[in-house]
Amino acid sequence: MQQPFTIEQFYRNIAQKKLTGGKCLKCGKIHVPPRSLCDSCLSKEFEWVELAGTGKLLTYTVIHVAPPQFQSMAPYAVGIIQLENGVKIPGIIREVPFEQIRVGMQLTIDYEAASTGHQWPQWPRYYFKPVPA
Amino acid sequence: MRGKPLVSIVSAGLSKFGKIEGMYGRELFAEAAKEAFERCPNLDPKRDLDALFVGHMGESYEHQGHTGAVAADWAGLIPIPAARVEAACSSSGVALRMGIYSVLSGLCDVVMVGGVEKMTHRSTPEVTEFLAMASDFPFEQWNGMTFPGLYAWMATAHMHKYGTTETQLAHVAVKNHYNGSLNPKAHMQKEITLEQALTSRVIAWPLKLFDCSLITDGASCVILTRPELARKYTDTPVHIIGSGHACDTIGVYEREEFTSIRAARIAAREAYEMAGVEPGDVDVAEVHDCFTIAEIIAYEDLGFCNPGEGGRLAESGETSLKGNIPVNTSGGLKAKGHPVGATGTAQAYEIYLQLTGQAGRRQVADAEIGLSHNVGGAGVTATVHIYRRG
Ligand SMILES: [Zn+2]
Repeated sequence: MQQPFTIEQFYRNIAQKKLTGGKCLKCGKIHVPPRSLCDSCLSKEFEWVELAGTGKLLTYTVIHVAPPQFQSMAPYAVGIIQLENGVKIPGIIREVPFEQIRVGMQLTIDYEAASTGHQWPQWPRYYFKPVPA
Repeated sequence: MRGKPLVSIVSAGLSKFGKIEGMYGRELFAEAAKEAFERCPNLDPKRDLDALFVGHMGESYEHQGHTGAVAADWAGLIPIPAARVEAACSSSGVALRMGIYSVLSGLCDVVMVGGVEKMTHRSTPEVTEFLAMASDFPFEQWNGMTFPGLYAWMATAHMHKYGTTETQLAHVAVKNHYNGSLNPKAHMQKEITLEQALTSRVIAWPLKLFDCSLITDGASCVILTRPELARKYTDTPVHIIGSGHACDTIGVYEREEFTSIRAARIAAREAYEMAGVEPGDVDVAEVHDCFTIAEIIAYEDLGFCNPGEGGRLAESGETSLKGNIPVNTSGGLKAKGHPVGATGTAQAYEIYLQLTGQAGRRQVADAEIGLSHNVGGAGVTATVHIYRRG
């Protein structure tokens, strides 16, 4: 049976170190996270596609005042990354000093296997880091 | 239909905004209701009011939901049909829209719309978390985003695309704090300098403390009726002649662009067309300056300037009290304060004062056309209303 096109399944795939989306079979739009109803053409037919985890930084911020569960990490950078096929995804940016972060720089996805210790949701985390030279 | 009054405001009320120790949301709402009742002696609230719509964002702050009934109860209006309207920071802008629907439907002759939020008894990290609940959970909150962070994304993108500067952002803060210093109900009634704004601590780079609106307690309300009934209640009604409301994706990251708020552009177009008004006709505006960058983007989305010119407009002084198009004469969310659920109808309250000549030291001379722009979340919901002196 086909995996459901849900946020939960997206994160199950992240746990397998796979960045995936649902591609609409009617209009071709790739949804990250996947949806069961295409917001563009209202189609209900999709297929899973695996996405290259590398893309361009569109914008970013450095969070200094964080919610309680992120306070120990602050300050940390969060950006919006546009992948090679146009799909956009937000993520925390690591392994680069803040002053070297630039709009337009290339970043690549990184996975963290460790459990988050949350009761709900028990989603694995992903991050972005500079493309190794 | 163009320019024809949809409904008329016959009264309005506002609690003191600020850190109001020892008072809960329902008690603040009663303060706003009392002022609205006192302003309108011809209104018998228990007899005349047909419905109540109350904007309220979060039950987390006071461990209290079911705010429609709670507000009705404390305003002495039981058993009036009452409902809470929730659309994050635009909750009462949307409540206003619901009030217009209810009057235009013919089911109601006179309705009260308002909003309330009690926030300051909570710690800043708690408020940061509660506010973030109005943004996308599985991707944005899960990646540590906050509301300042979401608007910081827009600021970074605006700076990158148009060369907007941190100094231009600071000009918005200085202007709104000056206006707040003239408003006895504002949370902060103190002027600030550009230097202070620019050297304040970073909250979410590039946004600093003085780029952010205040965590505030407060409540607001306005009373609406059918235009043909307005003179029964007051000699100085304010007509609402345009109303726009639109939504966008809950995830900011999914949008086509980060330098403009599409929902606000769509809501503005709807309101301007309904009102038969052009941006240049607006004499006074209250816009959603939850962050300084949001006011700059509002100038552009509302057509007060072209895309990319908002930073320069802020710097020019044209949006100050003495300028061509005074914006946020109340002090805005920045200085008057931002009790999130109360903000939309607090903006309507300010426009009501301005168009009836009751704005005191911050009065815009001979204001005839007003506009309010209320945004929920990071551009997820937007309402725009246009008002004309009756
Ligand atoms: Zn489709």
